[in-house]
Amino acid sequence: MYAIELDRVTIARGGRIVLSDVTLGIRPGEFIGVFGPNGAGKTTLLQAVIGLLRPFAGEIRVLGAPSARGNCAAGYLPQQRASVADLRLCGRDFVASALRGERWGLPLADRAARSEVQRAIAAVESEALAARPLCQLSGGELQRLLLAQALLGKPKLLLLDEPLVSLDPHFQQATVALVKRIHRSEDITVLFTAHELNPLLGAMDRVLYLGQGRAALGTVNEVITSEVLSGLYGTPIEVMHVNHRVLVVSGHGLVEADAHLHDA
Amino acid sequence: MLEYDFMRTAFMAGGLVAIVAGSVGFFLVLRHLTFAGHALSHVGFAGATGSVLIGVNPLWGMLAFTVAAGTAMGLLGDRLRGRDVAVGIILSLSLGLGVLFLYLYTTHATQATAILFGNVLGVSFDTVWTLAALTVVSMGALAVMARPLLFCTLAPELAEAKGVSLRLISVLFLVIVAVAVAEAAQVVGVLLVFALMVGPAAASLRLTSRIGWGVGLAVLLALAGTLDGLALAYLTDWHTTVWQVPLGCPMHFLTPTVGPRYRYGR
Repeated sequence: MYAIELDRVTIARGGRIVLSDVTLGIRPGEFIGVFGPNGAGKTTLLQAVIGLLRPFAGEIRVLGAPSARGNCAAGYLPQQRASVADLRLCGRDFVASALRGERWGLPLADRAARSEVQRAIAAVESEALAARPLCQLSGGELQRLLLAQALLGKPKLLLLDEPLVSLDPHFQQATVALVKRIHRSEDITVLFTAHELNPLLGAMDRVLYLGQGRAALGTVNEVITSEVLSGLYGTPIEVMHVNHRVLVVSGHGLVEADAHLHDA
Repeated sequence: MLEYDFMRTAFMAGGLVAIVAGSVGFFLVLRHLTFAGHALSHVGFAGATGSVLIGVNPLWGMLAFTVAAGTAMGLLGDRLRGRDVAVGIILSLSLGLGVLFLYLYTTHATQATAILFGNVLGVSFDTVWTLAALTVVSMGALAVMARPLLFCTLAPELAEAKGVSLRLISVLFLVIVAVAVAEAAQVVGVLLVFALMVGPAAASLRLTSRIGWGVGLAVLLALAGTLDGLALAYLTDWHTTVWQVPLGCPMHFLTPTVGPRYRYGR
């Protein structure tokens, strides 16, 4: 059984076809890096997997069941985030607010709830942050708490939408390393979208590259080739390997360097 | 002062309203919806003057208008934030409508002062019962929805992914705000509802970092401001609002500023 399976899936957003007739399968426990130019459908794909968007055609199955909103098996770190950075609220209460928040009633935490919150905070190695007010945390620190929220309830699937955006290279590496440790310790399937390949090279098992409605899934060596990427971008692309790093170059310059200029 | 009936009813009304204003205000500030709350009270002004015109208790007219406007604002959901211009125009329009109703109903100019600035000393015992019923209903509703409300406020994207309807929560919460505004207006008047709902809550958000303590402290501060205001009004013979607002508002500025980036807006 696949963790995530797309069967001839077409997804439209705002009247535009984002993914067209895509079929692929992601195995349980895989760490998948999801790449592609802006608008290629990285966020759209994640939202369709957790059921926020319905496919126009085809079927998405998550752990064998059709994707649906409210799937407890999927933890989600969204790209758009609420403005909580100005609150004096402590980190622990912030994380706890997401524990079974879909239920009615008072947000009282029993022993089991407190230990689950503690487990999630420990998983993102943020015990020290949990006691501090949100307004004193940096963007990277706040993100760790958001990751803890996504891990509440022991999900089987972790969908991370651009966790590296607006982090400096040091924090980028730290975030990837943390997610990799979580991937191992929680035995979880990870979908990690990003603009840049290199920070994820050592961490991911396979690459999912999106472009022009199509998708290519495979190992780095299979997908990050000038042939595959030229097809996805619809323009000649060269791939160069320099010092164990991959440079993706189009006729106009570095593709990935371009991508940074118009961050979503 | 408690030997007078009007003081006893005033203390009861003030206490009930402070409980609602403090706790609802806490979530209002947390959700960055203070301006919407302010606008709701002005919408209530049109409702109150309108019902005076047709001979109905102003509280009912106010409730009808604030609940209707709260529902409409709630349907906008997350898009309500950043709609300050639209909300402001509705606010002005409502004030204008209220003034028109007052103009048509020329005999009682004192009604206008009572609606605008509150008249807690004129609250009847029957009204206290009504306020008590509204308090029980709105606090009950807030207790039932507190968990998803907090989830939607602090992690809306995740809440949506977990199957919570952001719009439903937004509507339900603004209906509770509407009831709280209509109640608070009985004590401090529509113009100064902001002081009672936002002042204590904002101060509490600066003083505590735990949600439970925050709600409790907001209620305590609102109670302190309202009841002390009543006592001081009795001793000085000034209008109650004269004392309640100065006690409620500056709390916010007297609390230590924590964190360099604290602000209400987005």
